[in-house]
Amino acid sequence: MLSVQNTDMPVTFTPELISKFADVVSRYPEGKQKSALLPILHLVQAELGWVSAPAMDKVAEYLDIQPIEVYEVASFYTMYFLKPQGKYMLEVCRTGPCEIVGATPIMNHIEAKLGVKEGEVTTDGLFSWRGVECLAACGFGPVLQIGPEYTFYEKLTNESVDALISDLTAKANN
Amino acid sequence: MGRKLLLEHINVPGINTFDVYRSKGGYAAVEKALKTLTPDEVVEEVKKSGLRGRGGAGFPTGMKWSFLAKPEGVERYLVCNADESEPGTFKDRYLMTHIPHLLIEGMIVASFALGAKTSYIYVRGEMMPQIRILERAIAEAKAKGFLGKNILGTDYSLELYVQPGGGAYICGEETALLESLEGKRGNPRIKPPFPAIAGLYGCPTVVNNVESIAAVVPIINDGGDEYAKLGIGRSTGTKLISAGGNLKNPGVYEIDLGLPVEEFLYSDEYCGGIANGKRLKAVVAGGSSVPILPANLFLKTINGEGRLMSYESLSDGGFVSGTMMGSGGFIAYDEDQCIVRNTWNFARFYHHESCGQCSPCREGTGWMEKVLHRLEYGHGKMSDMDLLVDVSKKIEGNTICPLGDAAAWPVASAIRHFRDEFEWHVTDSASATTRNYGIAHYADPLPKVEAAV
Ligand SMILES: Cc1cc2nc3c(=O)[nH]c(=O)nc-3n(C[C@H](O)[C@H](O)[C@H](O)COP(=O)(O)O)c2cc1C
Ligand code: SF4
Ligand code: FES
Repeated sequence: MLSVQNTDMPVTFTPELISKFADVVSRYPEGKQKSALLPILHLVQAELGWVSAPAMDKVAEYLDIQPIEVYEVASFYTMYFLKPQGKYMLEVCRTGPCEIVGATPIMNHIEAKLGVKEGEVTTDGLFSWRGVECLAACGFGPVLQIGPEYTFYEKLTNESVDALISDLTAKANN
Repeated sequence: MGRKLLLEHINVPGINTFDVYRSKGGYAAVEKALKTLTPDEVVEEVKKSGLRGRGGAGFPTGMKWSFLAKPEGVERYLVCNADESEPGTFKDRYLMTHIPHLLIEGMIVASFALGAKTSYIYVRGEMMPQIRILERAIAEAKAKGFLGKNILGTDYSLELYVQPGGGAYICGEETALLESLEGKRGNPRIKPPFPAIAGLYGCPTVVNNVESIAAVVPIINDGGDEYAKLGIGRSTGTKLISAGGNLKNPGVYEIDLGLPVEEFLYSDEYCGGIANGKRLKAVVAGGSSVPILPANLFLKTINGEGRLMSYESLSDGGFVSGTMMGSGGFIAYDEDQCIVRNTWNFARFYHHESCGQCSPCREGTGWMEKVLHRLEYGHGKMSDMDLLVDVSKKIEGNTICPLGDAAAWPVASAIRHFRDEFEWHVTDSASATTRNYGIAHYADPLPKVEAAV
């Protein structure tokens, strides 16, 4: 389990983000606003790229709960990044059904292509990669996803991975 | 070819929109239920249908609904379990992607039956595209008067929301899901109390799988008795099977329960056989948690009868020679696959996903992962197989939630049926790190056993 990384970088939430928070909170009964925690953490990560301790403190303040209640949730679930990642985090499914159709060779290829180990960030800050567990697309493996919209790529080959990395690099440099 | 109840219109262009869905008879079940039936009558139809929960446990849905406590003045909730994280299972994602209104329609009918005024669909967070699809479908249904205040002019009102998870297999377990929906870590609760008495926010709650809720639509349209005519014995109706692994045509199929497994596996209408002209070595029939079977035991029961895709036939022989329907996550392994490696991969998965509350599960899954890792990488010992079985037995039945069992069964069954392959990893570890054991006798016809039970 990851530990919460501290940073002094102050965080401000835009009014647009705050209004999205309010929309989420309105889905639950009076006094049950803590239910909004997971959706709000997704919104924060989509906006900032990861969830820092100051961001979590602000979420706690917004939901009127203790900061520890946010930390313990953010560190329990695998989708929240508790340290900065590449702009594009390639998450490759490594579970059984994908493994038997070639998940490991795809991860090896990505590692060689990007030149960084699992969980590290490329020097240009663009890419990270990691293995994740079954993504409910087992018939179409190997698969990978990229947040924050969790765009999905199926039946990966070394060539399709190369093309994807080139496309994303071009997109980021435009 | 079986009748399709859920996927009949899946290939109609635009079926993901309200208008096209409606033009194909969509939302008729809402009209019928709200305008002509009482909530209890809806529950009665579901009982008559014999529908069993499609999330894995196979508990009769109508019965589950009738257990819901109804204290005066207390909210009741329906929560749809769209966490779909069981390795091998990808049917709910498929259904939500292509025909989202079927789930929305089912949610409205089921919520009406249970008297829920607010319902949630808990979708695993990675399915952000499906979350967007569902949110759009909900907005459409609301705009057309099928959700919100006084649906279709009746006095029934319902709000429906989509809730994303945070990435944790354990949140598929219903009480962990409820904890997560309350904004907490996904630690399963000790039962009792069951959610039917104290679930979401301590209120009576029903948690149902996506496919179970979708199946309510044809049940209400055609009547529970009609639904029960499909299938075989206590396995009524149709079932979505997500088929993956080394298959020619992997994908999601709607089958009549009772279809022979041989037909499902080899006919071109379904999986089309094993990819690349290879032979079948093993099958995991219902998601990674159910016992793995070698090809011969999967195709035929120990008594030599052809196996059927039904709850009863798949579990024929118990854990000695049978398996389970589970979630319908069907994984086929060809002759080139290594059972030791696959078992290690699954053990790693369960160790990673254990919530850590119970020591047998937290520690036991870690031990199994370690021992299987050393077997796969050529450092195993002959005593490791007994050690693994021993650890799996110590986990099984000794935990708060069934994840412990789900982690134990795949390991125990792999050693039960493929022990020679595990032993080969020890006796010939040099070969085991460079090549695979192959199909061995796992596909040979079973010797006829007289008077087996
Ligand atoms: C570890 C674990 C994971 C589970 N994952 C799921 C899941 O992803 N989807 C699901 O519908 N049920 C899952 N279940 C089963 C649920 O606890 C519950 O039985 C089910 O949602 C009830 O719905 P049903 O009666 O319609 O099948 C899981 C159970 C366990 C123990
Ligand atoms: S069995 Fe495992 S996953 Fe389930 S509650 Fe115990 S530790 Fe958590
Ligand atoms: S195993 Fe990779 S998506 Fe299920």
